[in-house]
Amino acid sequence: MKPKNQRLVLVAAAIAAVLAAVLLAMWGLRDRASYFYTPADIAGGKAAEGQAMRLGGMVEQGSIKHLADGVTIRFVVTDGKAQTPVVYRGIVPDLFREGSGAVAEGRLDNGTFVADTILAKHDERYMPPQLGNLAAEHKAGKTLEK
Amino acid sequence: MIAETGLAALWLAAGLAALQFLLMILALRSEAEVSRTMRSVAVVQGVLTLIAFAMLLIVFARSDMSVALVFENSSAVKPFVYKVAGAWGNHEGSMLMWVTILAVAGAFLAILAHRTGERTLLAALGAQALLALGFYAFLLFASNPFARLWPPPPDGQGLNPLLQDPGLAFHPPTLYLGYVGLSVAFSLAVGALLTGEVDSRLGRAMRPWVLGAWLLLTLGITAGSYWAYYELGWGGYWFWDPVENASLMPWLAATALLHSINVLAARGALKAWTMMLAVIAFSMSMVGTFLVRSGILTSVHAFAIDPERGTFLLALLAIYVGAAFVLFAVRGASLKEGAPFELVSRESGLVINNLFLSVILGVVFVGTLYPLFAEAVSGEKMSVGAPYFNAVAGPLALLLAVLVGVGPLLAWRRERRPVIKQLAVPALLGVTALAITIILAPHIHILPRLGFTVAAYLAAASILPLIGRNPLRAPLATWGMVVAHFGIAVALLGMAANAAFTTEKLAIANPGDVLAVGPWQVQLESVTPTAGKNWTAIEAQLRATRGAGIITLAPQMRYFSDPPMETNESAIASFWNGQLYTVVGRQDVSGAWQLRLWWKPFVTLIWAGGGLIALGGALALLGRIWLLFRRRSSAAEWRTERYA
Repeated sequence: MKPKNQRLVLVAAAIAAVLAAVLLAMWGLRDRASYFYTPADIAGGKAAEGQAMRLGGMVEQGSIKHLADGVTIRFVVTDGKAQTPVVYRGIVPDLFREGSGAVAEGRLDNGTFVADTILAKHDERYMPPQLGNLAAEHKAGKTLEK
Repeated sequence: MIAETGLAALWLAAGLAALQFLLMILALRSEAEVSRTMRSVAVVQGVLTLIAFAMLLIVFARSDMSVALVFENSSAVKPFVYKVAGAWGNHEGSMLMWVTILAVAGAFLAILAHRTGERTLLAALGAQALLALGFYAFLLFASNPFARLWPPPPDGQGLNPLLQDPGLAFHPPTLYLGYVGLSVAFSLAVGALLTGEVDSRLGRAMRPWVLGAWLLLTLGITAGSYWAYYELGWGGYWFWDPVENASLMPWLAATALLHSINVLAARGALKAWTMMLAVIAFSMSMVGTFLVRSGILTSVHAFAIDPERGTFLLALLAIYVGAAFVLFAVRGASLKEGAPFELVSRESGLVINNLFLSVILGVVFVGTLYPLFAEAVSGEKMSVGAPYFNAVAGPLALLLAVLVGVGPLLAWRRERRPVIKQLAVPALLGVTALAITIILAPHIHILPRLGFTVAAYLAAASILPLIGRNPLRAPLATWGMVVAHFGIAVALLGMAANAAFTTEKLAIANPGDVLAVGPWQVQLESVTPTAGKNWTAIEAQLRATRGAGIITLAPQMRYFSDPPMETNESAIASFWNGQLYTVVGRQDVSGAWQLRLWWKPFVTLIWAGGGLIALGGALALLGRIWLLFRRRSSAAEWRTERYA
């Protein structure tokens, strides 16, 4: 290759790589991004049944029920406006408790959210991205109570 | 007094960084003889930040609750080692660590660099000072780690128990050393773009820094992955969490840079390309720091709650990355043409490696930032997780792993031999592995199946560069490459085995009950209370057997009091062919205990592979350093390198 062509080919290759990355990412995001819904969204009919999604809100006080098999729990997630019942099979993460925030990954099945995963905290200040303002509101509420 | 000493040292260091930057301008504008002054300033600046960091360690070690940061993140009853490690388990402390490493790296650059042109070195030191200056300002104006509380409270609020783990002491510093090590490559690139001295000498000067930083990033990511695996108690090793991606992105860029820099060093080609990658690599480090430290990951709303820090970091990021890109745009095109190479050559192979890594970096970058972008633009909340990353980055990574076997066989400049023939045996092994998985495990997912195939092929292909020559006479750098590439095959095998053959058991058990998972019979013997220095726990005694011999495991559920929190401490038994992973959960209403058991065949290979990749980096680095000393002592002329 002549030096001049070589530079052209390299620049073209770099541009092609950037384009490929963007196109690939857009293709991937189209049906693999899971949208975040609150109980109010679900009550409003925004979320389709069976679609992978995340549900976020506060675990309602007194709502956690343990089923007979010992490893399945039912609880209710609320955002103050609406409630969504959730069922989850597994050991709940360390920070999961009534009255605190939770994000569940899964899908809606006949109005019940079937969770595959319940997300836990990872870093000293880190929260599942979408819970931030809920948690902040919660904290603000707490400070006011004091 | 200690906190004030630290703060004073920080201010002084900031002053020296400003001076260092001014000296650079002086040096570039006139022929003023400032080289020695600048080097000394860089060294003193490094020492001052070390003093500041030492002061922070001391106030944490002494649990001085009059320092706000200690109060917020420590408590008097914590084990000593976590008191000290807690110094960087928080925002301000970790930023101080970041800037300390940045300044110390600058000091080492000033002491060690003799291989670039003098003017390029001075320009690089100036760039490094400017980088440090921004982060000093961030610390002093927006994240002061030494702020006092009055009156001093009696005890602190404690450290997140998840972080009270040996992993914490090791993981963030390693990653930060890697992140910040890339700053030197960035500064050298900026310096060389300023002076126009982009040549193989620059490549050779930059290479040890890139190797070292990349090696530490590899170790940090591997260790972080293992930490998440055993500490979070979910049995997963990679979650595609934005915090994890924040460390993966600089690693991908550094890996690309590591390969292209060899072309620059050995052949004087890919000049602009390598400079670009050096800029991108450290930019990704800053993006990672911004993502983790600005609070933007929490939500764009939380970002608005603490606007000062987030905006400050974003501004720094925009200024540095923007300035470097502008400099590149202005100077990049005027760089002299690199040495030519043919389409089939080692250079082309490395370009293809770079393209693949760039595309993977691109899709990870878009996937990580897209939710932030979407929320900021449309207010729509979403998350992008494993389904996206596995589907998009997984096949690319596999394809790249196939090419990893080919690249090292190609000759520099022009390859005339039919290299493909050498790959017959590895290809045969890959096909055999594919056939075996189809026969023995017909129902596994396509990605792990291809993982087995590529792993078998690459394990053989990676050692080809040592075949047909005396392996003992091969340069250390070649050994490093072979070991690292072999490590990819090992890690790939571990990932494929874990994805395809993990078995899980989730059930409740009363003492005496036996649960089966994979080849194991696990009996719950008893559940007993136990306690540590700042926690109480219930501990399950498990007896596991798979025919011969009995092993015992004791997973715990720990309760911490400050801050109040529970953590699952998994108990893991490792064998040559896998790990038995056990977690104890809560007590059910009937009095039985939740147990979650996994048998994960060959999962340890994932981290063993990561370790091998890092070891390869270490060998290459040793080889380079050894060559450097030998050459320096013999004062021989530089010869074109042919190291493989």
